[in-house]
Amino acid sequence: MSETTVSLQGKQAPAKRGSGLSGYMAMLKKDFFKNKYLYVLALFGLAYYLIFCYVPMYGVIIAFKNYAPTKGIMGSPWVGLDHFTGFFQSFYFWRLLRNTLLINVYELIFAFPAPIILALLLNEVRKAFFKRMVQTVTYLPHFVSIVVICGMIVDFSRLTGLFNQIIGLFGGEAANLLLDPSLFRTIFVASGIWQGVGWGSIIYLAALTSIDTQLYDAATVDGANRWKQMWHVTLPGIMPTIVILLILQFGGMMNVGFEKIILLYNSQTYETADVISSFVYRRGLLEANYSYSTAVSLFNSIVNFLLLIMANRLSRKINDTSLW
Amino acid sequence: MIKRSLGDKIFDACNTIFLCGLMLVTLYPFMYVVFASLSVPSELVKHSGILWKPQGFFLEGYRLVLKNAMIVSGYKNTVFYVVVGSVLNVFFTSLFAFVLSRKDLYWKKHMMIMVVITMFFSGGMIPGYILVKELGMLDTRWALIIPGLIATWNLIIMRTSFQSIPYELEEAAKMDGATDFRVFAQVILPLSVPLLAVMFLFYGVGHWNAWSGALIYLQDRDLFPLQLILREILINNQTSETTLSSASSDPFLGEVVKYATIIVATLPILVIYPFIQKYFAKGVMVGALKG
Repeated sequence: MSETTVSLQGKQAPAKRGSGLSGYMAMLKKDFFKNKYLYVLALFGLAYYLIFCYVPMYGVIIAFKNYAPTKGIMGSPWVGLDHFTGFFQSFYFWRLLRNTLLINVYELIFAFPAPIILALLLNEVRKAFFKRMVQTVTYLPHFVSIVVICGMIVDFSRLTGLFNQIIGLFGGEAANLLLDPSLFRTIFVASGIWQGVGWGSIIYLAALTSIDTQLYDAATVDGANRWKQMWHVTLPGIMPTIVILLILQFGGMMNVGFEKIILLYNSQTYETADVISSFVYRRGLLEANYSYSTAVSLFNSIVNFLLLIMANRLSRKINDTSLW
Repeated sequence: MIKRSLGDKIFDACNTIFLCGLMLVTLYPFMYVVFASLSVPSELVKHSGILWKPQGFFLEGYRLVLKNAMIVSGYKNTVFYVVVGSVLNVFFTSLFAFVLSRKDLYWKKHMMIMVVITMFFSGGMIPGYILVKELGMLDTRWALIIPGLIATWNLIIMRTSFQSIPYELEEAAKMDGATDFRVFAQVILPLSVPLLAVMFLFYGVGHWNAWSGALIYLQDRDLFPLQLILREILINNQTSETTLSSASSDPFLGEVVKYATIIVATLPILVIYPFIQKYFAKGVMVGALKG
């Protein structure tokens, strides 16, 4: 039993005893021997994280080198910040920055509120059966693979595709929509909303269940109609959830995954469609510019991380809600 | 019950209409693909406006899809990645989650920090590619399984759930001389079957839908998962010349084959979807509430 107490106290133990480093080491040793089988089991997980998460993090140093596969990471010559300055001065820098940010701004304005609105509307549905049906239907696209979704978008956007058939019904001109750079962001964000709105509402619906029903009764007594109840009771009730997700959204403002982009873009729409991650994929893997593209991607991660920290600070100040 | 006012009724009616519209918008694209895949090609091409039913009835498209060697091999590979990948994922995730859920482990905190850091930082695409290449996993099936063995989010969900298992159960097993691994295999896992099922689904659907790993790591077409084959057919528009040349009396056959391909590739998900949906929703909430 005494053994358990020692290791449970962990850090404090040596300080209390005042025996300094040696006591601490003894405690560690004891813990290690007592739990040696657990540590053996931990080896698999630790090895995974070390090799597949931390080794690539170390590999990021090729951003400051001229990596050549034959020389290896260690043997490749250092070039300092050359790749970064090269990127900042290149024609691509502003274009990628603009495209990446604009897609995120569009998502913030249109895609972020959509699941909140859906959750609020679902909350007002009185028939449980109808509510479940809407949920089941709107969750569905989340499970369909992005390749199939984009395959459908590509097909529907053709001259004779579904979108053009519908545009035709309203008297519009048919055109290949995916070849028009000015439409790319709209298609990208709108299809994202279509695919994700139902699934995104789950988290808000969960938050809604924790709202005290007495608040609604009180609001009714005070003469608040449904609209006012939604505005003054439901929305404030899910505000902490909204804020947390908003922080995450801000933290990802410089982040657009390359998968859906490279499925939907083509050389004619690079002007609006090419984002940092798709550029990294093209330069890095297709053209084997390893160091340069790693530098671009590192720049992106750093900005992302700074954004997340800033958003978290801001929200702690304004709202008392934060991620950490 | 307070009588509903006129305003309430109007609100309800608008809400119902809006939600019905949303369901229609969500489902119609899939319905369109089903209708188109069953249509006679020449009539489908002639049709204009919105499609509300198959134009004629035609199963040749499906027959050609099922005869396509690449689709068949993609299917087989995907089943392999889903089954073997998910089993390994769940095993190693739960094993590490078990270690991290133990009460009296001094290094636990350090290990947790090490894990959580990876949620904020990663090496990115290129260093990951170099690593896989150096390990000699390029162009092997393992490249799609090992680098994503443990998903940190799932690890944290499992750890949280293991922590809530009463300690007495495990203590009793230890009294009887069980080793840590036996506690894991014979006490913790049997008590966590619903959680394990959810994890299988998370990882399984992930493997089913994954394609970018294969795009990055694989050259050998015989190892391609279904999604990568689909990309070639649907996005790069290589409507498998081999399939068409065999029976290309109809110049528009390719269209219908494409729609049939979408259905064949999506059907498994659509069939199991109603059953797995609620587990997924639960998983999201576990993550949201405890994460």
